[in-house]
Amino acid sequence: MADMMTAGGHVRLGSNAGQGLTRRDGVLKVTGGAGYAADCRPEGLLHAVTASAGIARGRVTHLDVAAAEAHPGVVKVYTHANALPLALSPDNKIHPFVWRMDALQSDEVRYAGQPIALVVAHSLEAATEGARLLAPQYDAQPARVTLDDAEPYETDTTAFGRPSGHSSGDIEAARAAADSHLTTTVETPSQYHNPLEPHAITAQWHGDQLEIDTPNQAIGLAKQTIAAFLGIDPSQILLRSPFLGGGFGAKAIVFGAQFLTILAARDLGQPVKMVLRRDQMYGPVGHRAPTRQTLQLDLDAEGHILALEHDTITTTSTFDQFLESASNASHSVYATSALRTEHHARRADIGTPGPMRAPGEASGSAALEIAMDVAAEARGMDPLAFRRLNYAKIDPSTGLAFSSKALEECYAKAAEAFGWEGRPLAPRQMREGRLLKGWGMGTAQFPCPMFQAAAHATLRADGSAVIETSAADMGQGAWTALAQIAADGLGIDVDKVEFRSGRSDLPDAGVAGGSGHTATAGNALFNAGADAVRQMVDLATNDPASPLFGAGNLGVTARGGRLHRNDDDRSESYEDILARAGLELLRGEGKASREGTPERAMFSHGGVFAEVLVDPDLGQIRVSRLIGAFAAGRIINPRLARSQLLGGMIWGIGFALHEEALHDARTGRFVNNDFAGYHVPVNADVPMIEAMTVHEDDPFVNALGIKGVGEIGVTGTVGAIANAVWHATGIRPARFPIHPESLI
Amino acid sequence: MNRFEYERAGTLAEAIGAEGAFLAGGTNLLDLMKIGVQAPARLVDISRLPLTEIEPVEGGLRIGAMVRNSTLARDPQVLAKYPALAEALLSGASAQLRNAASTGGNVMQATRCSYYQDPLSPCNRRNPGSGCGALGGETRNHAVLGWTEGCIATHPSDMCVALAAYDAVVEISGPEGARSVAMAEFHPLPDAQGAGDAPLAAGEIITHIRLPDPGAMARHARYVKLRERTSFAFAIVSAAAALAVEDGRITQARLALGGVAARPWRCRTAEAALLGQPATIETFTRAAELALEGASPSGANEAKIRLARKIAIRALERAAAGTPERLPALPASLFAGDDNG
Repeated sequence: MADMMTAGGHVRLGSNAGQGLTRRDGVLKVTGGAGYAADCRPEGLLHAVTASAGIARGRVTHLDVAAAEAHPGVVKVYTHANALPLALSPDNKIHPFVWRMDALQSDEVRYAGQPIALVVAHSLEAATEGARLLAPQYDAQPARVTLDDAEPYETDTTAFGRPSGHSSGDIEAARAAADSHLTTTVETPSQYHNPLEPHAITAQWHGDQLEIDTPNQAIGLAKQTIAAFLGIDPSQILLRSPFLGGGFGAKAIVFGAQFLTILAARDLGQPVKMVLRRDQMYGPVGHRAPTRQTLQLDLDAEGHILALEHDTITTTSTFDQFLESASNASHSVYATSALRTEHHARRADIGTPGPMRAPGEASGSAALEIAMDVAAEARGMDPLAFRRLNYAKIDPSTGLAFSSKALEECYAKAAEAFGWEGRPLAPRQMREGRLLKGWGMGTAQFPCPMFQAAAHATLRADGSAVIETSAADMGQGAWTALAQIAADGLGIDVDKVEFRSGRSDLPDAGVAGGSGHTATAGNALFNAGADAVRQMVDLATNDPASPLFGAGNLGVTARGGRLHRNDDDRSESYEDILARAGLELLRGEGKASREGTPERAMFSHGGVFAEVLVDPDLGQIRVSRLIGAFAAGRIINPRLARSQLLGGMIWGIGFALHEEALHDARTGRFVNNDFAGYHVPVNADVPMIEAMTVHEDDPFVNALGIKGVGEIGVTGTVGAIANAVWHATGIRPARFPIHPESLI
Repeated sequence: MNRFEYERAGTLAEAIGAEGAFLAGGTNLLDLMKIGVQAPARLVDISRLPLTEIEPVEGGLRIGAMVRNSTLARDPQVLAKYPALAEALLSGASAQLRNAASTGGNVMQATRCSYYQDPLSPCNRRNPGSGCGALGGETRNHAVLGWTEGCIATHPSDMCVALAAYDAVVEISGPEGARSVAMAEFHPLPDAQGAGDAPLAAGEIITHIRLPDPGAMARHARYVKLRERTSFAFAIVSAAAALAVEDGRITQARLALGGVAARPWRCRTAEAALLGQPATIETFTRAAELALEGASPSGANEAKIRLARKIAIRALERAAAGTPERLPALPASLFAGDDNG
C-alpha cells in the first residue's frame, strides 16, 4: 500500500518540482484501491461503538449493562465502572498535541456527546444496538454552552504554549495622538471539521506488539502519545495512516475514543475496530470554538493606523484548554505604531476545542478585515487603497523584516483580474437585475512554520529510488509534491521514485499541520536525496574507471539519473556507478528543522476579492465571483497548490455563509450534528473562483524556499465576503455565518 | 442488532392492509431508523409496486405514487402544464436523492425538526404526550402558522407546496376502501396536545396524486425557495404561485407557502383577494399580508414571517411574468436570473 509508483506520461520542462503533476495516488483513490483505516478487516475482528452522553453536565447514574451484554453478538461493555487503566494521568501533556485522554475515568459528564461507554461486539450492528440498550440515566446539571453563560477563565496561554496577550508600542500615547477611533465587534460561531472520513481506528495486538490503522496528521507524535498512555515503548507500536479522508486539524490528535479501542483490543486479545458516526464527531474530537472579537483601530487624519487593539473572548472546555487565538491574526498584517492583543476564555460544557484549518487566523482575519473596512469607510477611502496606506513593511509585532512579502504584487494581480478599479465607494450602488451587487476584499496572511522531520532516500541498482518518511496525505497531495522534491534531491525523474510513507516505522515527517508539512518533510527528503547523491559522487570521483574520476565534488551535477562533470560533457549513470562498486543500493539520510530564533518574520500573503449578489427583499447571498492571488514562496506543484488555495477559499465561503454548530441551550446537545443540518458549501455556491500565485523567492524560510498553501486561502476570504455584503447592502455583518434575515 | 422483518409487496392488494412501515425510496425512513427515531418491527417494501405511470386523465394528470421525483420533474406533461411542480421538485434534495425518492414517499416524509430527530428530546410527534422539545429551543426553522404548543414542526417538502397550490388530490387505498384528500389538507395540523392524527390509517397507502388541469395558469406558475446554501438545503421559506390574468385583471390565483407550518400552507384568503385585481406589486403585497395573517413566531423565528411575506410576493411576481420556456439552471432560486425588477 505504501508503494506508490504509478505510470508516468507527464510532460516536464526541467526539474520535477514546479511541475503540475496529477496526484500519484489519484487512480487508487477514484478506483477504490486506496485503503482507509475503516477498510481494515483483520481475522477475528470485533467492532466497537461508543455510547454518547445525552447531557452536557452531570453524572451518569445508571447504565443498563446487563441489557447490552445480553444482546446477541455483544462481547463486552466498558464503562467507568470497569474502565481499563491508563499508564499516565489523562491530563498528562507529554507534548503539545496531547488533549486530555478521556477514557471513561469517571461517571462525570462534561459535554454532550462525551463517550460514556464502549460496547464491543461481533458486528457493527450488534455493537450499535448494545450501545443503545445502555439507556443511560443521569443526574444532570444545567448546561453552560454559550459565551454568555459559561464561566470566565483567564489563562496565560492560548494554544501550543503561545502567550494569550501581546503588547508593543505605547498604545495609550498612540490613541491620544489619533484623530479617530473605530470599534468593531464580530462574532463567530462553533464550527466542526467534518472531514468526510470520520475518526476510525483498527487496533490489533500481537503479543506486546501493537498494530494500529488510524488516520493521523502527526504519525510520530501519535505513536509517542499512544506509547506513553499505554506505558509501552514506542518501538512496540506500528501505526499506519496511508490515506486520510480529510483532517483539517481534527486528526492531528489521538482522542480518548480512539484510545479506548486500543485498550479493548488488548483486553480482549482480538482486533477491534471503531468508526465514529457523524454525530459522534461533534464533541469528542475537537472543533473551532466560537469567538466574540472587539477591535479598535485608531487612525490619524490621513488614515494611518496608529494603534490596533484586538480582543477575543472564546470558549474552552471545563477540563482542558485550547483557545481560538483569533487576536493573533492582527499581529503582523498591517502597519501600526502600537499593538495590543488579548484573549479571554470561558469554560463551557463542551468538548475541548482544537486546531481547525487556520486556527485563530481564520476567525481573527475575518474580524480584522471587517474592522479594516469599517476604518476605510470612515476615512472615505477605497478599501484597497486603505490597506496599501497601511502596508506593513516590517512586522509590527516584532519589528522584524519580512523574509519575503509579495503582497503588493498579490493585490495588484488579483485586483486587476477582478476588475476592482472603478468600484463605487458607497454601498448599494451596483445592481444585477433586481439583485444588489457588492465588492469587497481582504488580506490573506498565514505563518510559515517549520517542524522537525527526517527522511531516507535510497538509490537502487536499477536507477530507481525509494524514499521514506512518515508523511500524511490528507488529500492535499503530499504523496505527489513530496515525491517531486525528493526526486529533485536525488537528481532523478519522479516516476522512478517509490514513495513509502504514512507509517510509524519510517523516519518521522512531523506534523501535517500549520501549512508546514511540504516545507518540513520536503526539506528532509531533499536533504536525504542530496546525501545519497553525495555518496554517489564520492564513489564515482574516486574511481579511476569512472569518467567522473577526478572531477571533485564541486565539479559534478546530478541530473536525470546521471552524474555530469561540470568541466566537460562526460557523464555516468547511477546504475553504472553502483554496478561497478558492487552496490545494490546507496542510502542517504536527511533532516529538516528551523534552528534558533528567526531573524525574519515569515508569512505567506495574498489578496482576495469577492463579489456577492444579495436579494434585497429576502437577504439571500451568493458569492458570484471570488478571486485571490497568493505569494507563498516556491510552489512545488502548481496544480495541487491551486487546489489547496481554492479549497481554503471555499472553506471561507462556508465560514462566511454556512457553517454553524448549534447547541440546545437547555440540554447542551447539538441540534444540527449531521450534514443535513450543518452546512458546508456545495458546487452551486461556487459559481466562479480563481486562485493565482505570485512568484516569490525566499532564502530565509528554508533551503528550498517553501512556505505552504494549506490554510492561507481561508484568511482574507471570509472578510472579503463580509465586506462585499456591506458594499451590496450597506449593512455591516456583525456575526458569522451571515444570515439572510440580518440583511433585510 | 435492532431486528425487523422485511417483506416485499408484489401487488397493491398485498400492500393494502399490510402491517408495518411502508418502504419506498428509503431516503427518509432508513435515516430515521439509523438514528433511532423510528424502529418499525416490519418493513413492507412497496418500491416495486406498479404505480409508476404519469397518465393524462380527464381534466388533468394522475401520478403513480412510485414515480421517482427525478422522473416526475422531467416529465414533458409536468413541464408543460405544471412547471411549478417541476421547479419545486428540482429545488429539493440532490440529484441522487431525487433518483431514489418516490412521489408518495415525498408526501409522507417526516419533519426535519431537530427535536423530532433527537430520540432524547421530548416530542409529541414521535412520542405522544411527552411534550414539545422544540418550544424554547433552537426554533429558527420552526412554524409560524398553524402551530400549537403541542408541536411547532414544519413539513419539509418542496413538492407538496406546489401540489397544494395546484389543488392536487391524494388518492388513498386502504382496508376500508379508497378515499381522496386534498393535498392542502392531507397533513394534519397539530392540536393542543401534539402533532394531530396520522394522515393515513393503519394499512392505508397513497396510490396516486391527481392534478386538475391548470387551464390558463399553466404558463404562469412558479416555485421560489429561500435558503442559505444555493442547493441541497431545505427551505427557510418557499412559495408556489399560479395566476391567470385576462385584460390586466387576475382571474385565477393560487398561492401556497412552504417551511411555515406542519403542512404546505394554502393561502385561500390571499387568493380570493387577488381575484379581479391588477397583477401589480401592490396587489401582491396586499395578498402576502393576508397570507401571513394570523402568523406568529413559535420561538426566535419572527423573521420568518417577514421572509414568508416577501417570498409570497416574489412567487406571485414571477408567476405574473410567466414561466420561462426552460426552467432555470438553479430551479426556484432567487439567483435564477429572472427577476429584472
